[in-house]
Amino acid sequence: MNQPDVLAAVLEAVAEYNEQLDEEQRLDLTPETRLLGKSSKLDSFGLVNLIIVVEEKLYDKFDKALTLADERAMSQDHSPFRSVQSLSDYAYALLSEN
Amino acid sequence: MSDSVMLITGARKGIGRALAETYTERGWRVIGCSRQESEYLHGNYRHFVLDVSDQEAVKAMMISIRKAEGRLDALINNAGVASMNAALLTPLDSVRRIIETNVLGTFLFCQEAARLMQKNKFGRIVNFTTVAVPFNLEGESIYAASKAAVESLTRILARELADHGITVNAIGPTPIETDLLRGVPAEKIQKLLSRQSIRRMGEPRDVINAIDFFLRAESDFITGQVIYLGGVS
Repeated sequence: MNQPDVLAAVLEAVAEYNEQLDEEQRLDLTPETRLLGKSSKLDSFGLVNLIIVVEEKLYDKFDKALTLADERAMSQDHSPFRSVQSLSDYAYALLSEN
Repeated sequence: MSDSVMLITGARKGIGRALAETYTERGWRVIGCSRQESEYLHGNYRHFVLDVSDQEAVKAMMISIRKAEGRLDALINNAGVASMNAALLTPLDSVRRIIETNVLGTFLFCQEAARLMQKNKFGRIVNFTTVAVPFNLEGESIYAASKAAVESLTRILARELADHGITVNAIGPTPIETDLLRGVPAEKIQKLLSRQSIRRMGEPRDVINAIDFFLRAESDFITGQVIYLGGVS
């Protein structure tokens, strides 16, 4: 498992999540896609749903059950949920620890 | 109901076992769990051995359900422990055990089940409280407090999960002849029954009836509610 593998898995999860949405709400499948803030298409409900899909995808790919929204994630100055890239970096860090 | 999947905690004995038997017979695919192996065998029934407050074990079970069933329609959070003791004498270990099973276990199962339920935008969660909460029963301080927490969880999760198509309600049984009542003196139970509007012991069928109401497709406008049996309010 390396960083590009994790990014690919997160993007796969985003694509899967997009299937639940109407076309105009779908997220771009790029690392730069914003998940938080004014430029994000997600509301808090959408972010929760996306995180659930990402956790399941990471489990299916790497056989490790992660909790992405743990206390550490919530206490970071720069939220790991701000973009697809930062979420992927955070997931990689957690996967590397376990 | 042949495609519908139900998860029942504390399914090995007592009310949990009665629920497992009833709903498998009605065609639900039922998954049960408890700390010990179940003797109940049925083509529609599968049992997991785990502690409801063990996050790792609960997550592993949910992953297994997701892979095998791909869905979860109902969660009956029946597992619970009680302890009757004067507050001044209750050991902290008992307090911890009750909070872990009744509060932490209920929360953990709601959380994990809702993750699976939201995929289909449908779910029914039924938690278990007790008439000891409105009765403010002496000798049940921690048990009643843990169930008061379950009632709060029920009301707040009802709001958080409404947009996912998941309802969250609770049932508060009166005393029912199960292991949970073992060791409670007969006169204490009589005194308790005398405070109910309908003064008889509860039976599993009373619980099943209330759960049936929460499970109905037509009950999609009923959430965050607590139904006490026996006319207790």
